[in-house]
Amino acid sequence: MIVAFLNLTWPTFANGLALGGVYALMAVGIGLVFGVLRLVNFAYGQLIMAGAFALAYGSQWGFPNWASILFCFGVVLGLSVLMDWLVFRPLRTHSPAVMLVATFAIAFLLQNIALLAFGPLGKSAGALAVLNAPWDIGGVFIKKIAVISFATAVGCLVILQLLLTRTPLGLHMRAAAMDFRTARLLGVRANWVISGAVIVSGLFAAVSAVMLSVQELTVVPAFGTQDTILVLAGVVLGGLNRPIPATLGGFAIGFANGILGGVLPSNQSQYLPSFLFAAVIVVLLVRPTGLFARGGGAVERV
Amino acid sequence: MTTIRRAPELLAPAILILGTALLGLEVSSYLQAYFLDTLVKVAIVVALYVFIGNSGVLSFGHVSFVALGAWTAGVLTVPEDQKRITMPGLSHFLLTTNVGNVASLALAAIVGGIFAFVVGLPLMRLSGLAAGIATFGVLEITNNVLTYEQKIGPGLNAFSSVPSTTGIWQAAVGGLICVAVAYLYQRTRFSRMLRATREDPAAAAAAGISIYRQRLLAFTLSGALAGFAGGLYVHLQPLQAGGLSLDLTFITLAMLVVGGSGSLLGAVVGALALNGLFSFFSAATNTVDVFGWSLTVPSGTAELALGALMAVVLILRPSGLTGGRELSLPRRRRSVADLEKARVTT
Repeated sequence: MIVAFLNLTWPTFANGLALGGVYALMAVGIGLVFGVLRLVNFAYGQLIMAGAFALAYGSQWGFPNWASILFCFGVVLGLSVLMDWLVFRPLRTHSPAVMLVATFAIAFLLQNIALLAFGPLGKSAGALAVLNAPWDIGGVFIKKIAVISFATAVGCLVILQLLLTRTPLGLHMRAAAMDFRTARLLGVRANWVISGAVIVSGLFAAVSAVMLSVQELTVVPAFGTQDTILVLAGVVLGGLNRPIPATLGGFAIGFANGILGGVLPSNQSQYLPSFLFAAVIVVLLVRPTGLFARGGGAVERV
Repeated sequence: MTTIRRAPELLAPAILILGTALLGLEVSSYLQAYFLDTLVKVAIVVALYVFIGNSGVLSFGHVSFVALGAWTAGVLTVPEDQKRITMPGLSHFLLTTNVGNVASLALAAIVGGIFAFVVGLPLMRLSGLAAGIATFGVLEITNNVLTYEQKIGPGLNAFSSVPSTTGIWQAAVGGLICVAVAYLYQRTRFSRMLRATREDPAAAAAAGISIYRQRLLAFTLSGALAGFAGGLYVHLQPLQAGGLSLDLTFITLAMLVVGGSGSLLGAVVGALALNGLFSFFSAATNTVDVFGWSLTVPSGTAELALGALMAVVLILRPSGLTGGRELSLPRRRRSVADLEKARVTT
């Protein structure tokens, strides 16, 4: 019904779902680290960029697909753990504003390393491009990657939900997100929880890197930056503190981006970022703590 | 007495700016371009400081005021026959209106201020992360519109044939004006009230201070300064909408935080230090002589060095190089004997 109302085609709808799924993953990745560290990781997009470059180089060196994907996961995880050790750990006790600007600096640094090492033109991520071919589903042609992205995103989120609710690590992470000091007093090990959050967030970055690089085909040093800004907006829109609202916010903005990008004619779709951010500002003015926040608890973080 | 002791609060930043300008006069015109760029960055960072330093709220939106100021000053000073060629889509009023150099800078400041006021009216009600993201939104929207809207500027192209009036003197005087305005503002009661809200919002509100009004005032003032700095910038080099967005926001914010966002001196020191380093490595791409050693580095080293320095300073010295303090003369200590005498006589 929605599809008919908006004059959408099924493929556009599917692309919206796919982008929404990837953005939801990124939102959770950012939200998890925020939960335990109170740190908005602006360099998240650069993790994705690194993963995408790993994928592109893997396929250039003739790795089989599973090996390039593994390589991508290795690079992203290594980089996130390194970031945690070198940057997050020394900054843990500082104000959120300093931490945010520090992740800015890291993002800037990584982007320029990529620029220096790989050049401004970027690389094409060729190997997995076959996934852009459509599947015929009852007469409707839908890109394989759209289906795969959405399914993978849902799968990852279900696994995360199980991790958070059914394992000791998940319990500790939820406790730390609620009140870090009290959680520590009750025996939650800080380093363990933070490493857990950083690793899960890194895994999600790697998955997003694979999905995004198939959809966008060319990997450039600025890869993922614009997506991260949109996701951040989505996360704040949903409510940064808890995983499910953050996921919904990320999904909403990805979905809107994917669908409007497909529906609007090009002389209007060039203003798409303006529409999205205007909508974000309006929502924030009406509900500053997020769309899905339960009243109260509006604590200033940055 | 206090006035003399406080004098360096204004004098130290002013002397730093003048020193940079004088040094810029001594070097070759090739190197002078870096000094000019640095002075304009000082103006932008001081504009940022007026809001962020006094209120303690991060804003990612100020570069949009810089961009708007640059567009205002640029469109109004390109000669009309040039405008017909390079910006054919311009609206009739902008196409036929031309003003002089000083007037264009004043108008840039006014437009920046008005835009900041209009944006601030709703946005200053927000705080925390919501405010950060909302100002980010303003930056994205402004950049998006300036990139594609050809009625108000060159769109995707760079500004060409804007009279390049920002020489070393205009840049220095512009920087000094920004510093003087920032200083005068921070001596007023409005700035004191805003700083009180920064330290403890609840206590400040309980003392009868309207956080919203004070933030809006500082936001407008700092928007006007940012617009003014944008005007200086467009008179310096051909600007493009793409150059006035995320990267400039990163760099100017980093300058403020690295210098120490709590003080005017910090803003100036941060801009001079980071841009100086950046310029040094940029120049070293084509070999520079350092005390007889000639040094050549691959291009891109400047950005790397800047990013690395930003990260290191933030990790090791998060309150910035100046620690967020102004320079002031030491308080004259009265000796114990004096105090004793004073007590006896009273």
